[in-house]
Amino acid sequence: MATAVGTAGQVTERSGIWEWMTTVDHKKIAILYGITSFFFFVVGGIEALLVRTQLAVPNGTVIDADLYNQLFTTHALTMIFLAVMPLGVSFFNYFIPLQIGARDVAFPRLNMLSYWVYLIGAVMLTASFFLGGAPDGGWFGYAPLSDRAYSPGSQMDFYVISLIILGISSLIGALNFAVTIINMRAPGMSMMRLPVYMWMTLITAFLLILSLPVLTVGLIELYFDRNFGTHFFAPEMGGDPILWQHIFWIFGHPEVYILILPSMGVISEVIPVMSRKPLFGYAAVVFAGAAIGVLGFGVWSHHMFTTGLGTVPQVVFSASTMAIGIPTGIKIFNWLGTMYGGNIRFNTAMYFAVSFLVLFTIGGISGVMHASPSVDSHQQDSYFVVAHIHYVLFGGAVMGMFSGMFYWFPKITGRFLDETSGKISFWLMFIGMNATFFPMHFLGISGMPRRIYTYEEGLGWDTWNFVATVGAFILALGVLFFIVNFFQTMRKPRTAPADPWGGSTLEWATTSPPPDHNFDVVPEVRDRDPLWYNRDHGISLPARPEHLHIHLPPPSYFPMIVAMGIGLIGVGLLSHLALSFVGVAVLIYGIWGWSLEPTS
Amino acid sequence: MGRSGPGRIIAIVVSLLITAAVSAILWYWFHESAFLGADFMSTFEPASENAQRIQDIYVLIFWLAGAVFVGVLALTLIFSFMFREKEGVEAKQIHGNSRLEVLWTFIPVIIVVVMAVPTFNTIIDLEADAPDDALEVVARGYQWWFEFEIPELGVVTANEVHIPVDRPVNFRLESADVIHSFWVPRLMGKKDMVPGHVNQIWFTPHEVGEFRGQCAEFCGLSHANMRFRVHVDSAADFDTWVAAQTADAATSEDEAILAGMQQFTQSGCIGCHTVRGNDLAAGVAGPDLTHVASRGTIASGTLANTPEDMERWLSDPPAVKPGSLMPNLNLSDEEIDRLMAYLDSLQ
Repeated sequence: MATAVGTAGQVTERSGIWEWMTTVDHKKIAILYGITSFFFFVVGGIEALLVRTQLAVPNGTVIDADLYNQLFTTHALTMIFLAVMPLGVSFFNYFIPLQIGARDVAFPRLNMLSYWVYLIGAVMLTASFFLGGAPDGGWFGYAPLSDRAYSPGSQMDFYVISLIILGISSLIGALNFAVTIINMRAPGMSMMRLPVYMWMTLITAFLLILSLPVLTVGLIELYFDRNFGTHFFAPEMGGDPILWQHIFWIFGHPEVYILILPSMGVISEVIPVMSRKPLFGYAAVVFAGAAIGVLGFGVWSHHMFTTGLGTVPQVVFSASTMAIGIPTGIKIFNWLGTMYGGNIRFNTAMYFAVSFLVLFTIGGISGVMHASPSVDSHQQDSYFVVAHIHYVLFGGAVMGMFSGMFYWFPKITGRFLDETSGKISFWLMFIGMNATFFPMHFLGISGMPRRIYTYEEGLGWDTWNFVATVGAFILALGVLFFIVNFFQTMRKPRTAPADPWGGSTLEWATTSPPPDHNFDVVPEVRDRDPLWYNRDHGISLPARPEHLHIHLPPPSYFPMIVAMGIGLIGVGLLSHLALSFVGVAVLIYGIWGWSLEPTS
Repeated sequence: MGRSGPGRIIAIVVSLLITAAVSAILWYWFHESAFLGADFMSTFEPASENAQRIQDIYVLIFWLAGAVFVGVLALTLIFSFMFREKEGVEAKQIHGNSRLEVLWTFIPVIIVVVMAVPTFNTIIDLEADAPDDALEVVARGYQWWFEFEIPELGVVTANEVHIPVDRPVNFRLESADVIHSFWVPRLMGKKDMVPGHVNQIWFTPHEVGEFRGQCAEFCGLSHANMRFRVHVDSAADFDTWVAAQTADAATSEDEAILAGMQQFTQSGCIGCHTVRGNDLAAGVAGPDLTHVASRGTIASGTLANTPEDMERWLSDPPAVKPGSLMPNLNLSDEEIDRLMAYLDSLQ
């Protein structure tokens, strides 16, 4: 941390809000990410409830076709880009430095820039509802439907611009995390002693770095098609709509693993700690994760089996997609192996983690079903796929994130979330999600296509649609319980000890919540489970030195200015191009100030 | 419940009972949703040889998936019950086991191979060109309706097409605007209609009847209202249908029908619709209406072809099908009656 100067415990005279706006402390940024992403999780949830309410009965009249199409599109965009990904980033931010024994991430100011850019992209996407309508062409934005000829309003421009901006944020974050994990590990922490959560984070970061530029290229081409008269995807002028699908899914499929790998990492922490034994087959879990990451780039066309790819591509992508089931299976068996022979503490974090095993398996096996193009020709774009993705993304990613919230809450706040209330919210969410998403398998089997705002009665779809809607409200009640639990807990005194669960990784070696500088003395790592090794070998952590003088990076408002520049460029591209030039000026000013900012 | 003696047995028995109960209930519901009857859109009741091929794989993969689900659920429950926290028990400090790792790498490998081999065989057969004697039907997607054309027989119709039983049919899939997808679940899996591309999908129906289809690729505002029907006829019925469809529209001396024909011109219907035999009606933006009265449905399969529904459609098309190209023409009741008399004559 060459640029990190400043003194721990430096008294700041600035107001609280200004401090939060200019902070470069990874823990504060993580909390900003956490609160913002949870807010958007609720927004995405409300969008889903509206969708489900419309579909509760055949020929529903709660919302019209136009609003329905906006809602299902923004539900996907919100949940993926504004809720689940940044919630993962929140945990990355908080726990990368703590788990690898560092004082902050490699580039603290870039970290804050990444948050600001995310916030701007998120607000822009959501604001579209009030500025002429939200994107309504599906989160996949298939051309030519997303082209100017068939989407004349500014809705799909909002889609393009906010996704590019959100992509910038994710890319900055991913580079920061990858550099941090590779370069800033505590002494003794070799790569094969990295906590599994850190491995999954590193793989996720590389997936983001490699896949987001592809999406950005596609989005820029779409923007040019829409606004500057190019014809990348317009068939009548020699463009090809299938090109968009290839570009989108080369990003889109790794994106699925970007969403699920962080949760796989979380439960790889929770299950061993709560079972009180090391993770079964550490190397297998790590390599399986890496294999999923690599294979994830070779399966994108399975989203396009029905587009008329021909025999050879179908066979190739079918084979690669089936192959990805193998490392996934290995992971499930290793988590089960970790539970075997343990002395398992069943708290809420563990409930969520164990439910992940079963729910993610359901999503995994239905995914392997789609890997067969013959079967997929029925399942593609039917409710069966809706069931599949929600078992992966809710049963997997979101349940894993909730496990992480209960597991790490005492570390972050010094307070325990209430266990009774936590278990109630677990059961409500568990029952609610199964009641919502399992019937969608039945709907798919009985031929119900997805993305339809209305359906005829008497096709065998009525009962299960109603059940799914009831389930969605049960699920929402579970989330509501969690929110109440959160606010009640925050009013309680800080009672959590440094290591409430008997954890094995370094974050449990410091106080709850950790001091600004994380560790008084950076611990030395002698084993994959450093704290358990120290416990078993009677090694105590070095005492706090008498004169603690640790350099920490000073706060900076330049990330905010750079982000404003990026935001203004975006607003200009949506309204008047001249504004974009103002944005460029602000951006240059921000970068200028950033580079010349005194570091002490 | 615990990890030794009777506790262990209870844990295993309870877990297996729960697993069995859950699996049985889910299987029952799957079964109920799969076998609905002829008039539904089940993906599990194939009425063509090609769909039967898909079904064979579907069933195989379904059972494999079910076995994995049962296994993981049972193990999760058993371990959860058996290794619950207990006073004075130490967790076994095991780091892994290479033999087990190899074993459970091979379990998914075997499952995948069992799925892959028949899948690849089926793809190769189903993606092959249609047999030479196949009837060629062009299906063209529009926002939001389907046009069907049988070039060799000179048939042009919309949203409902007839095909003969036991003869291979090759659908050439085209799109006039955005991407649509052609899906008649009981007859075949789906395939997309992509502008600028021509896709083909063929199958040999072996059951006579009316089969529901629906656009399966999101195609804009009224995607949900883009439905169609495929009628599989006996050879004789098919010939009768073709003969009727290729004839020009009947001319009539009936005053009401003539007045309706005039209204059809006055209201501008002729600008978008073709009625062969009515020289003024040569529009191509909307469905061919030469034999509209012979169809069972109107408005892209969303309404029945009854006087009530026809009146509802004519009085405000976008209310039935949001975004429909056919605007609300603000027709008076008399005008609607006249139009209906004419349309009803187009048998």
